[in-house]
Amino acid sequence: MIEAVGPIKRKFAPWNDPTLKPFIRFENVTKRFGDFTAVDNLTLDIYEREFFALLGPSGCGKTTLMRMLAGFEQPTEGRILLDGKDLSGIPPYKRPANMMFQSYALFPHMTVEGNIAFGLKQEGMDTADINTRVAEMLELVKLEKFAKRRPHQLSGGQRQRVALARSLAKRPKVLLLDEPLGALDKKLREETQFELMDIQVELGMTFLIVTHDQEEAMTVSDRIAVMNHGVIAQIGTASEIYEQPASRYVADFVGDINLIDGTVSAVENGVATLRCAGVDATIQAETGKGEVAVGAEAGFAIRPEKVHISLEAPPAGAPNVLAGEVWDIGYLGDISVYRVRLAGGSIVKATVANLTRMVERPITWEDKVFLTWPADAGVLLLK
Amino acid sequence: MAERWTQEVRPFLSKWALVAVPYLWSLLFFLAPFLIIFKISLSQTAIAMPPYVPVIYGLGDFWSKLSDFTFDNYVFLTEDPLYYSAYFSSLRIALVSTVLLLVVGYPIAYGMARAPKSLRNALVMAVILPFWTSFLIRVYAWIGILKPEGLITIALQGLGILGPGEQIHVYNTEFAVFIGIVYSYLPFMVLPLYAALEKLDTTLLEAAADLGCPPTKSFWVITFPLSLPGVIAGCFLCFIPIVGEFVIPDLLGGSETLMIGKTLWAEFFNNRDWPVSSAVAVVLLIILVVPIVIFQNQQKKV
Repeated sequence: MIEAVGPIKRKFAPWNDPTLKPFIRFENVTKRFGDFTAVDNLTLDIYEREFFALLGPSGCGKTTLMRMLAGFEQPTEGRILLDGKDLSGIPPYKRPANMMFQSYALFPHMTVEGNIAFGLKQEGMDTADINTRVAEMLELVKLEKFAKRRPHQLSGGQRQRVALARSLAKRPKVLLLDEPLGALDKKLREETQFELMDIQVELGMTFLIVTHDQEEAMTVSDRIAVMNHGVIAQIGTASEIYEQPASRYVADFVGDINLIDGTVSAVENGVATLRCAGVDATIQAETGKGEVAVGAEAGFAIRPEKVHISLEAPPAGAPNVLAGEVWDIGYLGDISVYRVRLAGGSIVKATVANLTRMVERPITWEDKVFLTWPADAGVLLLK
Repeated sequence: MAERWTQEVRPFLSKWALVAVPYLWSLLFFLAPFLIIFKISLSQTAIAMPPYVPVIYGLGDFWSKLSDFTFDNYVFLTEDPLYYSAYFSSLRIALVSTVLLLVVGYPIAYGMARAPKSLRNALVMAVILPFWTSFLIRVYAWIGILKPEGLITIALQGLGILGPGEQIHVYNTEFAVFIGIVYSYLPFMVLPLYAALEKLDTTLLEAAADLGCPPTKSFWVITFPLSLPGVIAGCFLCFIPIVGEFVIPDLLGGSETLMIGKTLWAEFFNNRDWPVSSAVAVVLLIILVVPIVIFQNQQKKV
């Protein structure tokens, strides 16, 4: 779409700056459909020029939240502020936000040009300016040659670009993207994710994206809100969400994770010791910010890529060791996934990057292996 | 030999047998009656059974009597202004009725398409339901409503809008014909419109609103253009049969409403002039071929 504009992931963290006012603010917003609560007393701040992702499974309320911002749904309780202005009572056609629809919603009886010009015509822009802007937009999404075509004469990827150009044409303060890449195949989707980021930086707009694809959310956005049952489970940057999940739900939803349950047997200098009866092992983990009491039920969460798999036994009595047997191996090309069966029967996953071009791997099925990890590799999640 | 039968002849025959069915149907029920009517239109009246000459028995007879055929009936149609004005009046009434049907039918179809999904089938049923009663009886019922001492007069007198001696004179006017036509043909307008509006993706309207287009305007720039196939289908489905409409003007229009269907009836049954009435029918068909062809092309595009 546009030329890369150099290293674009800048030091950008307006949410840490207490002097800045949020650009979009959801204030105690609740939305009910009959008995069903889609969004439950939700408060959320989004800052100017931020690329913000709402991530969650279907039915978690993310789309409802976006549709309330666009004006298609009214909050049952609470209010939404945009640039300090209360949006309640303002119809969708007067809001300075534009949306790119999941189905693209292109007007089938208009050409590509006509679709892109539609919003500008509503503003009463004069024809010469409309033509210039449409040409600009067509160039931005590289569809100059398709200006006179109708939507049904375009491929899925081209339609997606028309939809993007149409929603950007009015230079909205906020662009809302509802599962924008869901209909594209994997390769095209990845490519388009980076293009979206470039466009967002170049145009300096605030983007709000709704997606159920965690990879997409992590790639494009500055911050992610993970949603579940109408509430936000965690807000943070991609790495915060991935490395410091706040709950089992977040840990499980974002990425792959091993969860080992146990009882806290000791807490010392911010390090908790976990006795895991099922697997007969002692695990030590940082307690983090929360208070951890001795005797509490807790889970230890560790990402498969942080688990080291080895045929050699570590020194006896060392913590953070799990012994088991290779149960399954998945070879994915770049990495291999080892599913190791522990003594108690539970399975722990460990991934190993395939750095060499060996066809035969040293660790194979039914080998006795030892799983180890650095002291700070996992997180303790209380129940 | 047997092999040739199963591999070549039988597939060939079964393929043609399948294609032949609709052609045979058209031949039997459309082309054959048309040829009979066309032949009668080239004949002359006679006091006989059947009331025209020549009457043809067999193909040999056809060649010997070929010289008896005449275009006199068609020439006659151009000489008597009655036929001109009847054709013209029919086209005018059909055109006005079609516009009225569109104006009345569109909001109904729109309301049906926007009704909750659970209600839609019931609404379609409600549109079709009157068909279960005889068309003739339904038109007769309108006489009871429209006549000077009918239901409308009674209702208006009851409300005090009309004085005790006053009456509404709608029956036997062209206005009554319009009422009857709009009432009778409404389903033919509503159903194609409903079909077009029902499949319209409402996300498009949200997209229009999102881009700054208020709802009234988005009706004209999105909804209406996208429902045009339904509008065209509905208009032709109404216009074509209304041109030839005979029952409604006869029952509700009285003597002042001139329509070609009525004229045809009079020629056929009152004058017993089969050849002229056949000529009237053939000319009507030729007039309607133009809109029918346009309609067919439009349907192909959809």
